[in-house]
Amino acid sequence: MVSGRGSRFSTPLRATVRYRGRAKRFTSLAFGLVLLLVCLGCSPTIIVKGDPAVTVFAASSLTDAFKEMGAEFERTHTGTKVTFSFASSSILSTQIEEGAPADVFASADADTMRAVVESGRADEPHSFATNALVVVVPRNSTVVQTFSDLAKPGVKLVLAGKDVPAGKYARLMLANASGGQGIGPDFSTRVLANVRSEESNVRAVLTKVQLGEADAGIVYRTDVQAAKGEVGAITIPGELNVAATYPITVTKEGKQNVRARTFVEYVLSKPGQEILARHGFGGAP
Amino acid sequence: MGVGVLVLAFAVFFILPFAGLITRAIEGDRATWDLATSSVARDALALSVWTSTVTVMLAVVFGTPVAYVLARTNFPGRSLCDALIDLPIVLPPTVAGVALLTAFGRRGLIGEPIEAWTGFTFGFRTLAVIMAQTLVAAPFYVRAARAGFSAVDPQFERVAYTLGASRFRAFFRVLAPQARSAMLAGVVLCWARAMGELGATLIFAGSLQGSTQTMPLAILGAFEGSNGLTGAVALSLVLLGVALLALWLFRVVAQRAGSEG
Repeated sequence: MVSGRGSRFSTPLRATVRYRGRAKRFTSLAFGLVLLLVCLGCSPTIIVKGDPAVTVFAASSLTDAFKEMGAEFERTHTGTKVTFSFASSSILSTQIEEGAPADVFASADADTMRAVVESGRADEPHSFATNALVVVVPRNSTVVQTFSDLAKPGVKLVLAGKDVPAGKYARLMLANASGGQGIGPDFSTRVLANVRSEESNVRAVLTKVQLGEADAGIVYRTDVQAAKGEVGAITIPGELNVAATYPITVTKEGKQNVRARTFVEYVLSKPGQEILARHGFGGAP
Repeated sequence: MGVGVLVLAFAVFFILPFAGLITRAIEGDRATWDLATSSVARDALALSVWTSTVTVMLAVVFGTPVAYVLARTNFPGRSLCDALIDLPIVLPPTVAGVALLTAFGRRGLIGEPIEAWTGFTFGFRTLAVIMAQTLVAAPFYVRAARAGFSAVDPQFERVAYTLGASRFRAFFRVLAPQARSAMLAGVVLCWARAMGELGATLIFAGSLQGSTQTMPLAILGAFEGSNGLTGAVALSLVLLGVALLALWLFRVVAQRAGSEG
């Protein structure tokens, strides 16, 4: 249809004029689009200022407990919206250091938290929960039956990466098991030789075991509860286990947000602590 | 003038991220260099290069006949086959990873019987990386080759048949040379996609230095690591360099192929 009209005005001059007109229209359309995008880019901040929302960055192991915490908080603090971003604490800390808009940061270990605090991105943290490690195996699997079976050759073991808190704790625990009261001096070396994959967060370790891809994985005690009977758990001897302490803080961003502090207070309060306990966490130390 | 502004805006948007990467690398100084030459980077790069090469070879060997059949024959359900091959292009690679697990995982459709008979498992092996890359990247080659074959007038092959050429000979002497640039473009697309594969590999193959940790997985790992962004920047730069080199090589090959044809 366009070409049909074009043939009617077929003098070169007309063609140029027509082209110019079309190009102009196209350009203004493009500028309009850019303007729209700019507006879209701005609007969330405008909404946040008027809207009572809290953005919480939390370690993956907190996923289920904090989702419940958020729902309860929204119920008791009417009109407040809580949004979560769950990932490994190390990813979250890098994102916060790069300026991600988090109001609250809950980490699975003190080192990761310290890095964020030292960079001036967050307030002094409070410890709000503790956790311990456990060995998980697929349901009905008989490859790994005791803790020392982890060192058997051929076991497909999955851990969290070296820099992920769960992975750090697991390696610390294995080092304990190679020490004085442990299983044997080369236990850690033999277990680490069985590692087939280093996952980016503790929940990915759990999934690999749930699927039966791995024969065993090392996760937090609370993750077993989250897997709802799809995995078996093998306890790690108490004297070898590592106590993971979870710190929480309000970030620099969150200081302007009154509700960020209220959320942290809620996590530390009795109702908050009860939710954590229901999900298998130990109380604040 | 208006068009110039649009072109400029587009160019700025594409150049800025790379400028950021290079600026960070220079700021990182010694740390960047150490990380870019670490064993993690070396192992990941070697693994990425050889798995993506195997993937491209598999795509060419198995994909060319598929592309030929789709372009030159007509059978019931051909358009369905066409759509099926395009599917991995449209779906996110994470879906491919999950799908591979349900088929080849230890509890998968054929993964389970295979382990029961032979004790062999697919997960956590370099083979799994290649499978993930092939599922995600090979369709790009098939698509390009198919389009290339379709664009060639079938009369040329008919003439070859009347001169006594077999189907096989007509393909290699008549069709393939004319579709060469399309096939090459398919190879580049397929290789690039395989090189960048992350989601399917992470889900199906896992991540371990030396056996399944390809460059994108190593970059993700570095991002999580104690070096944070510096580590990720260093590894990204290595990959950027390799990609530029490869693209330049492909260009040279394509030009030579073009001047011969």
